[in-house]
Amino acid sequence: MTEVIVFVVGAIIVLSGAVGVVASPNPVHSALFLIQTLFGVAVLFVLQEAHFLAAVQIIVYAGAIVILFLFVIMLLGVDTADNWSVEPIGGQRPLAVLVGAALFGCGLALLIVMSDKLTGIVRDGGERALDNQFTDVERIGRVLFTDYALSFEITAALLTIAVIGAVVLTRKLRREEFLADLERVSMELPAAVPDEINEAH
Amino acid sequence: MIVAADPLFDGSFGLPELGIVLLKVVIAFAFLLFAVMFNIWFLRKVISDMQNRIGPNLAGPWGILVTLADGIKLFFKEDLVPEKSHRFVFKLAPYLSLIPAFLVFAIVPIGGDFNRADGTAGEVSIFGHDTFLQVADPPVGVLFFLAMSSLAIYGVMLAGWGSGSKYPLLGSVRASAQMVSYEAALGLSIAAVVLVSGTLSMHELVVLQSGQGFNAVVPGWNIFATGFVPFVVFLIAGTAELNHPPFDLVEAEQELVGGFHTEYSSIRFALFFLAEFMNQITMAAIIVTLFLGGPSGPAFFFPAGWWIGLFWFFFKLMLFLFGFVWLRATLPRFRYDQLMDLGWKLLIPLSLMWFLVLAGIQVGRELGWGSVEQTIFVLGFGLVSLVCVALLFLALRSARLRRLADLDQELTEGSVPWRS
Repeated sequence: MTEVIVFVVGAIIVLSGAVGVVASPNPVHSALFLIQTLFGVAVLFVLQEAHFLAAVQIIVYAGAIVILFLFVIMLLGVDTADNWSVEPIGGQRPLAVLVGAALFGCGLALLIVMSDKLTGIVRDGGERALDNQFTDVERIGRVLFTDYALSFEITAALLTIAVIGAVVLTRKLRREEFLADLERVSMELPAAVPDEINEAH
Repeated sequence: MIVAADPLFDGSFGLPELGIVLLKVVIAFAFLLFAVMFNIWFLRKVISDMQNRIGPNLAGPWGILVTLADGIKLFFKEDLVPEKSHRFVFKLAPYLSLIPAFLVFAIVPIGGDFNRADGTAGEVSIFGHDTFLQVADPPVGVLFFLAMSSLAIYGVMLAGWGSGSKYPLLGSVRASAQMVSYEAALGLSIAAVVLVSGTLSMHELVVLQSGQGFNAVVPGWNIFATGFVPFVVFLIAGTAELNHPPFDLVEAEQELVGGFHTEYSSIRFALFFLAEFMNQITMAAIIVTLFLGGPSGPAFFFPAGWWIGLFWFFFKLMLFLFGFVWLRATLPRFRYDQLMDLGWKLLIPLSLMWFLVLAGIQVGRELGWGSVEQTIFVLGFGLVSLVCVALLFLALRSARLRRLADLDQELTEGSVPWRS
């Protein structure tokens, strides 16, 4: 009974947040609704006794990713409300409603037909697929560093490369900074600086 | 289900259990409010002593009611909502910084006798029910602290943006960049603690740190078990996370008027300050719990009784609160680039490296290494990291020379294609 009540409350939080993300004209409000959705999902994780996932959901998604969204929104100055009275592409809205309804129907049908296989829990028997020998943290750690160790490492390397690449691509030295740097180098390594450069500056 | 280890929830959950939980919540809430009142008075009194002034001395004995008077004054001031502000976000922001500050304290064990060895360490009996002196003990308590401290950023960020004004926005962008950066170092130093103790629950952390310790002389606190460095990193990163001096660039009065709360007045302003001082108290409590054994005192001082835990906890808490005041009175503010350099170039690499050393020692312990093997490992690690640092500096130097060559090309050929 408690589980059902918590699930319903969590689901309402998730869904209303999701609607808010799409429906609010102001991007900052959308980001706030996104946080609401993430919190609802965290509640549902706790309900499934996946405490670690719930905490990580909040730390990573609410604490870092949405913060970055907000950063970008604020820094790019796109934090003004959209004007929705004009339709950018003609006939887009009725089509969107149609496709949305079709997708929703497909998802619902899939869920009804496949729910036994999706959750891994037998519906009528009520038998649990997981044993309770380890806590969720231990279990996730074990799986990440044994079965999925390679993909885990590759993902880490990929993210590091992406970060370094972003820094390299966006770093532009201004002329004054460059000259200050030059001065420092020519003091440290006078032999490395060609004479004509030293004379030119 | 949510609170697993607390013996209060072992049996059925009825009305008495609910009453005890509510009682704990109310006590924690009231304690935090009183502690903030005390903390502000303490700050002003100690700073004025350090500056050879008298400080507040009119309201109540030793001016102890000065915070209450300030609070009442703030209540009755006019509550302004600026014309250009985003009203909903503007009003929401103070609560977003206040609520995480309250919630973190819920996971801190504040008392109980932790030197009992019969498996009931830290339990006290309230109205015949065994329970912990801690509002909640979630199995991922340490991560809960990290989650709440990352949520506290929203209050600051949205306050600055919602004000619809320039200086608050600058202040809040600074604040969120600072808090996000230092959270990495904070998390890495916490990871060292978790690695050594092997648990995420705050209660179990305290239990593991209690007892005889090393040779019954040095207590078995994590500050010793993790080898000081994570403690120092956590202390610095925690101070930065609080936006406390010397890291108070967020509200740098000389540059940004008041930073993110420039446009706030009356009770909303008071809420921000309530959150700030409350964060100091909870951060001090978290440091005490993670590194200094929380309510468990040194082993050579062990009269039995739950109050001894309370005494140790508040004694250590006061040390850190005094330390924060001391920092505020002593140190000038960092420059912004110094702040970022310290966080990214020193604290994060340092705590990451220390984490690796601890992990290696931990593996060695499982493989049954002796002290000789451990020394070899540490020396070898030191050598490898020295080589890495040397390589890094070599790379930096060659990058500079490369830039010089580019400049040479620019001077002779007119322009460098990639830098126009």
